[in-house]
Amino acid sequence: MSHDSHTMHFEYNVEGGNFTRAGYASSEIKKILKQLNVDMGIIKRTVVACYEAEVNVVAHAFSGTIYVDVSTESITIRLVDEGPGIPDIDLAMQEGYSTASSKVREMGFGAGMGLPNIKKNADKLEISSEVNKGTTLEITMFFN
Amino acid sequence: MRVAEIAEKLGLKVYSGMNGLNREVTGGYVSDLLSDVMGNADAGEIWITLQTHKNVMAIASLKDLAAIILVSDNTPEQDTAIQSNGEEIPILGTSLATFEISGKLYELLK
Repeated sequence: MSHDSHTMHFEYNVEGGNFTRAGYASSEIKKILKQLNVDMGIIKRTVVACYEAEVNVVAHAFSGTIYVDVSTESITIRLVDEGPGIPDIDLAMQEGYSTASSKVREMGFGAGMGLPNIKKNADKLEISSEVNKGTTLEITMFFN
Repeated sequence: MRVAEIAEKLGLKVYSGMNGLNREVTGGYVSDLLSDVMGNADAGEIWITLQTHKNVMAIASLKDLAAIILVSDNTPEQDTAIQSNGEEIPILGTSLATFEISGKLYELLK
């Protein structure tokens, strides 16, 4: 963690395929936001968006890093992964569309609700992706 | 109503998370799709599911759920139970299937 008068920065590694650790980073981020006395409604939406994005990295990518920046105005969560990428982002954003494996689906993931959940809960969502390279998601939550 | 009272009235087993039996229950949510629970369950609800793996606890904790009820004699995996103890969110169990236990919980909470 680094810290100056305006922003705080945190980073977390996410391991592709390791479902036993899925949600760890989201849980840590939730704790930090609670300590900072962020509005409970914003925390709840942040947690949903962040968890879904973290699970997507676990379910689809080889590895990823989550960069969190908290300023006086907003929370920005950037998830940068190395993985297969998303060939058609509009299609991936559709509710019910999923490329998750059957193993992942049996666990109750991969219902095609993840990205729509993120979009519903984030104040701002930006996705960029390169096939066979990776995907970057930027989720922003504004305090006002 | 508290988790302990619900467990007693519905004859539920308590597998783990005993320290959370005093949690107040505000309602229930029934789903085996984790994103559905993540997106639509509310804090304080009891979650009825057949999923037994550790990610269930991650969701229960992130959503501040009151407890989990595993249906049809499903039991929590060991690491799920350990996290339930750590988070103090009880995992309960029933031999009833989802439909029956949901109906009983609904009757109790309505």
